Amino acid sequence: MNENLAIETRELTKIYGSGHTEVVAMRDASVSIRRGQVVALLGPSGAGKSTFLTAVGLINPPTSGQILIGGVPVLDGPVALVNLRSFRRKHIGYVFQKSNLIPFLSARENVQIAMELNGVGPRQARHRALELLDELGVLERAENGPAMLSGGEQQRVAIARALANDPSVILADEPTAALDSHRGRQVMELFRGVAHEHGAGVIVVTHDQRTLEVFDTIYEMEDGLIRQRTSQLTLAQ
Amino acid sequence: MNLAAKDIQHNLGRFALTIFGIGMLLMIVMGMGGIYRGLVEDATLLVERIGADLWVVQRDTRGPFAEVSRVPKTLVYRVLAVPGVESAREFVFHTVQREHNGKPLRMSVLGLSWPLDKGEWLPLIAGRPLAQNHYEMVADKTLGLRLHERIKLGKETYTIVGITSGMASTAGDGMIFVTVWDSQAIQFDTPGEAMRLERAAREHRSRTEDIFLSQPILTEQLSRPTAELPAVASPELSAVVVRVAAGADPDVVAATIFTWADVSVFTKAGQEELLLKGMVDKSRRQLGMFRTLLTIIAAIIMALILYTLTLDKLHSIALLKLIGAPNRTILGLILQQAIVLGGVGYLIAYLVGQKLFPYFPRRVVLTNEDLLQLAAIVLGISVLSSFLGIWKAMRVEPNESLMG
Repeated sequence: MNENLAIETRELTKIYGSGHTEVVAMRDASVSIRRGQVVALLGPSGAGKSTFLTAVGLINPPTSGQILIGGVPVLDGPVALVNLRSFRRKHIGYVFQKSNLIPFLSARENVQIAMELNGVGPRQARHRALELLDELGVLERAENGPAMLSGGEQQRVAIARALANDPSVILADEPTAALDSHRGRQVMELFRGVAHEHGAGVIVVTHDQRTLEVFDTIYEMEDGLIRQRTSQLTLAQ
Repeated sequence: MNLAAKDIQHNLGRFALTIFGIGMLLMIVMGMGGIYRGLVEDATLLVERIGADLWVVQRDTRGPFAEVSRVPKTLVYRVLAVPGVESAREFVFHTVQREHNGKPLRMSVLGLSWPLDKGEWLPLIAGRPLAQNHYEMVADKTLGLRLHERIKLGKETYTIVGITSGMASTAGDGMIFVTVWDSQAIQFDTPGEAMRLERAAREHRSRTEDIFLSQPILTEQLSRPTAELPAVASPELSAVVVRVAAGADPDVVAATIFTWADVSVFTKAGQEELLLKGMVDKSRRQLGMFRTLLTIIAAIIMALILYTLTLDKLHSIALLKLIGAPNRTILGLILQQAIVLGGVGYLIAYLVGQKLFPYFPRRVVLTNEDLLQLAAIVLGISVLSSFLGIWKAMRVEPNESLMG
């Protein structure tokens, strides 16, 4: 068991339908992402990026292949080896294209709830939520509801929530799509910062070519096949 | 963190309006139960208050409250002669409708057996019982008459000397209490012209019918009031109410009176049962069916509201599942809101009902037993109606939070 690996996938395949309606959305996807590593996943629409992300996010199990998170085998094909919901709660953080905050909770409560669901006491969870919001520069907006926050502020709160339980993996699906280039870059830098500071492996699905230099590794997907390409940062170095 | 409370806080206006609507619905359910109780209480009120052990009524009738019953005044003395009878009193009961201040005024008239009964047993909230055998009246407050107000009934004017509370007939009409003599005067009041016509008809008959020729003394009677003519006088009482002596068995006394061919006799329990089964039963069943229907409708509306509220939260629920919220958290969110809807709705129903029910034309009686029963039903339908929302919430997949 390699605990330094945030996430490892072995020959993940996802097939929708059967017979003549069968569609192979992902084929033999094998990746290894270390803690602290920030990875981009590129590809055109329908390439299988979301299928890969939902599979490693333990939301949509693969048809075959294995997924290990923090060195722990969690899925063998569609068979769950752990309680997936509990495992998601403890080990995976999610950030989406739209911020996906709970509308009836304030920014602080959106972060706090993730910890309370994980068994952290309300007082401690509140304290930690405020720390994270402070770290992400949105402390002054802590008691505002999502509707009162700008797109960038919402994404920062979502990142704070994703970090709340010190997850092994953060999965982000086009987190900068709703942001201007400046804000988009800031968010990507944030991912890089939190990956290094919190030791989480970060997978970001993105179309934003302007921010590729912040990633350690870039994967490309096309027709369900995944392949690694050298990152801009590596190229620059 | 209580998610249900947070959601309610966030959508306070909407929740408040929904709860108020449910409250109004529950108030109607509560009111229906109260009207039924009022009906039962009104039906048995007089029988309870008068406190008679036996009711002697016209043969084969069901007594003065159920239908017209006529017995002669002399029946009082016959009944008094029965062993085991402590007292026997005249009882007159009928309903009249008159104009008062330009509005129809419907009242049930109960004759008190003066001087034995002056109405001391009446629940007075103002004034006093009767103090003279004519032209005084005690009226129930539901009639809207004021103390010392004078009201003309028949040819006489009566002064209201006392006001009662909660004295209504089985039909829900407010009651007035006068002496038996006055109640009969009100009941048998005949216009002067009708009396003149009747006398003229009698005189005509005296000239044409043989009986007046063979018994000329009869012609002397012709100008007397109809009620005073021995051969044609109507029975004047509605019933005779009997109190049995201490130690005597009411059933034995009743059995003796029952042997008389011209009267029927009921015990207090028998009269109450007759009133409830005969007069109130249909209304009771009707109200019961309405109440059941309304409860079912309330449950359906609550289920739809909770389902809609859940639909509005599906994205949040999917998100909660995605970040690992266990099912009990989601279930708690919906169930707590359902119980708040039902609980606060019930409270609103009770509070608004307390203010509104006194203005209802019929008495609405809320008993603790009924209130507790409705509270249990509301709790039950709150839980049941949340099932649809819970079912929908449990079917939501976490990946639905990733969709737009």
